[in-house]
Amino acid sequence: MNAHAFTLAGCRLVARPTGALWLPDERLLCVSDLHLGKSERMARRGGSLLPPYETVETLDRLEAELDLLAPDTVICLGDSFDDLGAALALPDSLRVRLAGMQAGRRWIWIEGNHDPGPVELGGEHMAQHAVAGVRFRHIAEEVCTAGEISGHYHPKHRLPRSGTSRPAFVYDGTRLILPAFGTYTGGLRCDTPELRRLFAARAIAVLTGPRALAVPLP
Amino acid sequence: MAALPPRFADWFARNGWEPHPHQLEMLDRAQEPASLLIAPTGGGKTLAGFLPSLVELADGSYKGLHTLYISPLKALAADIRRNLLRPVEEMGLPIRIEDRTGDTSASARKRQRADPPHILLTTPESLALLISYEDAPRIFAGLSRVVVDEIHALAESKRGDQLMLALSRLQALAPGMRRTGLSATVEDPPALARQLACHPDPCKVILADPGPLPDIAMLETAAPPPWAGGGAVHAIPEVLAEVRKHRTTLIFHNTRAQAEIFFHNLWLANEEDLPIAIHHGSLAREQRQKVEAAMVAGDLRAIVCTGTLDLGIDWGDVDLIIQIGGPKNVKRLVQRIGRANHRYNAPSKARLVPANRFEVLECRAALEAAAEHDLDGEPRGPGPRDVLCQHILIRACAGPFDEAALYREVKTVGAYAGLSRAAFDDCLDFCATGGYALKAYDRWQKLMQRDGLWGLRDPRTAQRIRMNIGTIQDTELLKVRMRGRGGQPLGEVEEGFAASLTEGDTFLIGGEIVRYEGLKEMTVQVSRSANKTPKIAVFGGTKFSASTRLTERILELIHGDWQALPEDTRHWLALQREVSQLPRGDRLLIESFPHDSRANTCLYGFAGRNAQQTLGLLVTRRMEEVGLDPLGFVATDYATLIWGLEQVEDPAPLLAQQVLRDVLEGWLAKNAVMKRTFRASANIAGLIERNLPQNRKTGRQATFSSDILYDTLLKYDPDHLLMRITREEAMKGLVDFGRVEEMLARVEGRIDHVVLDRVTPMAAPLLLEVGKVPVAGKGRERLAEAEAEALMAKAGLASGGLQ
Repeated sequence: MNAHAFTLAGCRLVARPTGALWLPDERLLCVSDLHLGKSERMARRGGSLLPPYETVETLDRLEAELDLLAPDTVICLGDSFDDLGAALALPDSLRVRLAGMQAGRRWIWIEGNHDPGPVELGGEHMAQHAVAGVRFRHIAEEVCTAGEISGHYHPKHRLPRSGTSRPAFVYDGTRLILPAFGTYTGGLRCDTPELRRLFAARAIAVLTGPRALAVPLP
Repeated sequence: MAALPPRFADWFARNGWEPHPHQLEMLDRAQEPASLLIAPTGGGKTLAGFLPSLVELADGSYKGLHTLYISPLKALAADIRRNLLRPVEEMGLPIRIEDRTGDTSASARKRQRADPPHILLTTPESLALLISYEDAPRIFAGLSRVVVDEIHALAESKRGDQLMLALSRLQALAPGMRRTGLSATVEDPPALARQLACHPDPCKVILADPGPLPDIAMLETAAPPPWAGGGAVHAIPEVLAEVRKHRTTLIFHNTRAQAEIFFHNLWLANEEDLPIAIHHGSLAREQRQKVEAAMVAGDLRAIVCTGTLDLGIDWGDVDLIIQIGGPKNVKRLVQRIGRANHRYNAPSKARLVPANRFEVLECRAALEAAAEHDLDGEPRGPGPRDVLCQHILIRACAGPFDEAALYREVKTVGAYAGLSRAAFDDCLDFCATGGYALKAYDRWQKLMQRDGLWGLRDPRTAQRIRMNIGTIQDTELLKVRMRGRGGQPLGEVEEGFAASLTEGDTFLIGGEIVRYEGLKEMTVQVSRSANKTPKIAVFGGTKFSASTRLTERILELIHGDWQALPEDTRHWLALQREVSQLPRGDRLLIESFPHDSRANTCLYGFAGRNAQQTLGLLVTRRMEEVGLDPLGFVATDYATLIWGLEQVEDPAPLLAQQVLRDVLEGWLAKNAVMKRTFRASANIAGLIERNLPQNRKTGRQATFSSDILYDTLLKYDPDHLLMRITREEAMKGLVDFGRVEEMLARVEGRIDHVVLDRVTPMAAPLLLEVGKVPVAGKGRERLAEAEAEALMAKAGLASGGLQ
């Protein structure tokens, strides 16, 4: 029992220690904020020349989840690419690999603020998607009805007494926000007002890591 | 010896002064390519450095920049300008003197580039910025002299390496430039001279008369120091009495936290309300400036401080130095003592206060070393390559360059004289392409070759490079402010410390107890607290390791004459000899004994705190592998105490050199200390930009931890240049594995394992030490799980979630 199971709007969900979300009844896997091609984009804009391995690393971890769970559907919840240029610059080897990961299943790219347009990389492209009573979109709406699942904020959280902060899922009775799955992604602390205000007083953070750890949000 | 020009001789005479012999010798040797002056504080060192410039500039015919003066501190540059104005004004010399630091206004800096003064006073970082400008060749074309002040302090850090690289650039722009270094007492003047000179030029060392011997002793206290700890509360009455007897006392501490705690206790005991202040690097600039001004005005009787007051600013009439805690380093102690009494012919006075029993030995050994002028110092290795990478980027900002010419220039720096062409090319490749095994940046190289010359691909990159110049690493610091609009700034704390606070926790800063209220826009919000005892004050402050020479002397003292030691220390050592053994330099004493239902093992390596800490990490790792179930350890400068579930029967296999090396490679690679070491080098080499053109985002969603880069490189490119640099750095500094190996080589397997049924006199203080390190692993994850469950239960939630 390394994962954290819960329900949102009647839909059974599993927060995986890897930062991916699993809907067992739908055989659906959702990951958010992959930010593929981040190092390429930074270099292009005259910034640091970061180790150019993060796209491979992110896909490695995603593929491990696919191998383990064999989902029928995969949803990438927006900001899958650091920008559209980064999607275009994806080397051929990784395009082939991505196509292999998409084979035999439905693959949905939800658009994010970093990657608003369609990308020529297979799969469907959508602004949002509804299934089994929950709605997937990139950025949480100011006001929403129960069952919203989003990304964008890269929530992270730490236990008061032990350890460093880790990427975390955050949910209450109404909505769920996923941690960023991409390797080169920072995080926003869960107690930051712009993030905390989206949730009710009683909310739960699920830390990723060796095991998914659920704690009440302060 | 050259005579002073009449105008100068008259000025000396009018003031009733006689020029010092070393001042005349500096004038005499003014035309030599390099000279290094070693003189005590108050010996007219600064004037000695500037006399040749003043004489050469006296006739008013010189146009443009003549002399560049570099000091490690901004405040020192401003201070020196004021001091220089006196001879210039009194002799009516037609010389323009200006300072240029991070505090200089943008308009003044612009004007200085267009129309430089005769004498420009600046810092290594401001100089690095100056040479990055395209008009650097014009600004420095006629430069005649460079004066590097407090060069002993600069030479110990990467700031010194950066400065010397900048000087190599200046030398290329102004081939006639002469170099002068001004230094306090150091252990190896010729080595320092080689760092200063343009390799292979000679550099004459001029030694000034060191003045009368200092008056140093232990401060006698009625209460003996405690067994462990660093607070020195026992010495408060005697310290106060000394403050009362002297005009101004500087009370030095090894860490900021200790300074805060001591100041707090001193203040509680200060019934007469003597004006006493605190000064250290974590305090807000406004706070520090207030203290500095009060000091110069002579309004303070004592200042509780850290190394930030080590450098030569004339803080007024200091007549006593008190050192709290072991001095860790004899050279630094001697330099500190030189701060008392700026009158050249009066002895400086200092008192040492050991904060615990072991430090009694350390203080005694340091006193003897100081008296014999036996100074310690670790030789500096070859010039660090992360600093070279930054230098290459700075060079690129100034315009296209030829790689062979730059390589020749770099080789004129003493520390880089042995740099191979291949090592240089590695650094250049890192700057240009990132230097990765996977060639991903062909289109987006940072530096590109055009017509055989290297330059920036995108000229806008220059701004980003300039914003990140420098080698000083402030670990992520957060500002501390009083809560409320326009709250008063108090200082800074480390991010890790701030993260460990929860609302209501109290801590000490600037001598005040404050209550943590929360984090707002990356600022720690606090309020005043009526609490009498703070939770803790562990922020900032480097923990220095005791030097190799000093630990050697302590071992000699333990086996030598105990006459000079206090009664209770002699008794303590005698008891140790009776129940176990006294540690020796040529053997390694290891004691095993049960205590508190745990098996304890104590290794007396005397290798310094950082190395003993690393030894603890490595040995416990090895113990875990062989099923000895270690639970934790604690390290001091002298020993590492490990506790666990199983008794260590034979420690020798745990300490085999190859075993430790393998463990270091495999396991320390993932250690937080290595990651911190990596971050520092990645910052310096320009892989991580600390400052970005846009303002820092609140919450920092866009930035990510350098640990991720380290992990990525470890997995995909473990031989990358920065990883190699990180491993090299790990041999010294925080990991200090070099000293672990040194210790093992010293004892050559001569291990004395003493098994006892109870704790020994020498190990007992270690049980009381703070800073115990739990051994990480599965145990830690279990603790986190237990904590998470407890939190859920407390909130009335099932561990399943919200249902």
